Amino acid sequence: MKARVFVMLKNGVLDPQGAAVQHALGALGFDGVNEVRQGKVIELDLADGTTEATINEMCEKLLANTVIESYRVELL
Amino acid sequence: MKAAVLQFPGSNCDRDMYMALKNAGADVTMVWHKEADLPAGVDVIGVPGGFSYGDYLRCGAIAANSPITKALKAHVERGGYAFGICNGFQVLTEARLLPGALLRNAGLKYICRTVDLSVETTDSPYTSAYTQGQHIGIPIAHHDGNFTADEDTLDMLEGEGRVAFRYVNNPNGSKRDIAGIVSENRRVLGMMPHPERAAEPAHGNEDGKHFFTSLIDAVVSA
Repeated sequence: MKARVFVMLKNGVLDPQGAAVQHALGALGFDGVNEVRQGKVIELDLADGTTEATINEMCEKLLANTVIESYRVELL
Repeated sequence: MKAAVLQFPGSNCDRDMYMALKNAGADVTMVWHKEADLPAGVDVIGVPGGFSYGDYLRCGAIAANSPITKALKAHVERGGYAFGICNGFQVLTEARLLPGALLRNAGLKYICRTVDLSVETTDSPYTSAYTQGQHIGIPIAHHDGNFTADEDTLDMLEGEGRVAFRYVNNPNGSKRDIAGIVSENRRVLGMMPHPERAAEPAHGNEDGKHFFTSLIDAVVSA
């Protein structure tokens, strides 16, 4: 089984990289980009039967830093 | 006074930290990250700067889960002294031994230069040889030194006098100009600037030397 984990900076945490990407889009002439938030996607190839609770634990312990990041798990 | 300096793959300030501790009078041992135990009788653990594990995932995240880090956590839980410089600070926050986190610098650039710090408290084993409000010049060299925490945590750190150093001119966007903090029992310190790079005459600046002499004095007299 496979799972995909989306990790994003929490709302309210400044995302300087997102801000730089937004600025660069503006410089390319793309108007109307109100905000850009940059995160990461982590794909996991897991033993069948791995529970969502276990994946959440992986996120809490390593994949996300919950001080600054939020995460979302998608089972594929 | 026995000190240990942890070495992770990608650590590159480990030998500077070793020399600064040794010159201040400590008996220093280097400890590889795969070790599960610290040398017997270690008083202080230093977590050096560098790029542990290539900064993969997040700076310090993999090192925070290394075998030796379990021993570091146990040492801190026993009330032991530990400090992290630069990547070492990132490791200590990732290991939840200090609050907050270090984000990408607000200006997105890697910054390498000497900056002025203000000593915000002398009530710590690391800062007792400085004077309150003293300005010291200490090198920084980081891409992810933008300290952040939620407002409640920042208020708590300030209320408990746990901000050890502040930037005089904030180079990286850190909340409330914070450059270094201490733990609740004041024995764990994390900071982005490098006092070990300003600790002997050949460095051209010895403002960081008192960081290590404070520490040795505190441990010897404890």
